[in-house]
Amino acid sequence: MLITKLKNKEELLASFEKKPFIIKCFGCKEVYFPEDKIEELLKENESKITGVARLDYLCREEFSKLYLAKYGQQIKNSGVVIVFSCGVGVQVIAKLCPEKEVLAGCDTYYLDGFQGLSVQDLNCEQCGECYLNYTGGICPITACSKGLLNGQCGGAKNGKCEVNVEMDCGWELIYKKLKGLKLENVTKQSKVLIRNYKRILDELGYNKDHIKEE
Amino acid sequence: MDFAKKIQSGQFVITSEIGPPKGVEIEGALKEAETLKGKVDAFNVTDLQSSVMKLGSLATCRLLVERGLEPIFQITCRDRNRLALQSDLLSAYVLGIRNVLVLTGDHPVLGDHPQAKPVFDLDSISLLKAATGLMEGKDMVGNDLVGKPEFLLGAVVNPSADPLEPQIIKMEKKIQAGAKFFQTQAIYDVKSFENFMNIVKKFNVPILGGIVLLKSAGMAKFMNEKVAGINVPDKYIAMMAEASKEDRPKVSVQIAAELIKGMKGLCQGIHIMPLGWEKHVPSVLQESGF
Repeated sequence: MLITKLKNKEELLASFEKKPFIIKCFGCKEVYFPEDKIEELLKENESKITGVARLDYLCREEFSKLYLAKYGQQIKNSGVVIVFSCGVGVQVIAKLCPEKEVLAGCDTYYLDGFQGLSVQDLNCEQCGECYLNYTGGICPITACSKGLLNGQCGGAKNGKCEVNVEMDCGWELIYKKLKGLKLENVTKQSKVLIRNYKRILDELGYNKDHIKEE
Repeated sequence: MDFAKKIQSGQFVITSEIGPPKGVEIEGALKEAETLKGKVDAFNVTDLQSSVMKLGSLATCRLLVERGLEPIFQITCRDRNRLALQSDLLSAYVLGIRNVLVLTGDHPVLGDHPQAKPVFDLDSISLLKAATGLMEGKDMVGNDLVGKPEFLLGAVVNPSADPLEPQIIKMEKKIQAGAKFFQTQAIYDVKSFENFMNIVKKFNVPILGGIVLLKSAGMAKFMNEKVAGINVPDKYIAMMAEASKEDRPKVSVQIAAELIKGMKGLCQGIHIMPLGWEKHVPSVLQESGF
């Protein structure tokens, strides 16, 4: 199970300056999704948005692909796509819109209990500090066998991971995606990223009641 | 003159490598290192190379210090979290170790304990940053240290990686995080190394070109197939294949010397990784004109 929370407002507002198309996911809604806060944010920034799509279960790639087809022009006209969903949803949209910068509007947190609907290639570790905005919508934690945050290790050969020749090097995918978007400077300029394992405990571990309160 | 002073004054440096044994019999490796005193400026000590459980780098580095040899402590992020990594850096300093080479490390599944938990709490860049912080008297969360360690921090780069650009981006980030010198993956093509050097000249940081001694044609083919950024040209594979078993070390030394002669005008040093053929390092140096 998982919950999502809005990313910090400053970061989000900067993304709204890039003429975004908005995609909201309403699957897994019974767990927690900051619906009111998202609506508030969208209302405040209405003039900057090229369009909004609302889908159930973005993680179902085929469904999302068909559903988003009718928004093709609006997505094309946008500068970026901001996705309000868990990390899997963001990655599905990044995959479906390879020519667009796809940004996460939420951080995804782990919540004890059963999760998931279907078998998926894409994965979200629910780390609570979504890195997808630095990595072209490809998760460095789940796509890299070492979960490296600051770039490729020296182990990839012909684009494949040292752990398994069947597995793509996640960082090479990230590099190619960013290069295609002319965003390779994002990796170059981002600060040194270090994962904060306490974040999950701070937010959820000691007191889950506040989720319901929100 | 110590390694740090020599490399920072722009002089040409030569490093070699010691792989600690699987077990406790270290005397042979230390004796071999002693024969290179005066010829090699410092010795890298590998940290469970290829994820194979062995005697530790830290202890071996200290034994080198005791024999008047200068170690380069290799530290990887594979086995320790940020607490242990920072602590081991402090330990290294009090044990007289002044050079550290920071690496991400191979995944445990490549080694002899594939069941082990991969740690990778930090990576080469965040560990360099942490080490730089310690040198400034602070741990990773900003707590004050009692006394500051001093290190010459180094890192690795793979000049033959394809694509090369992610390597260069990461190299630049390593420099920003505190790397003061680089040792490279094994080079077998001087031309592509020259191309790499032309790109990274602007960083103005000493680079030691890597040499791995070929032991056989089979080893060369294996590396071409499995090891990232290694491409042994067919001519060297043929030379090794044609040599009789007794002649292989001689041919291997000849190849290494040819590469070193090609590289030495391009970079500020050579890093020789003998991988068990430590005894042939003196002939490599001699044949290369050192």
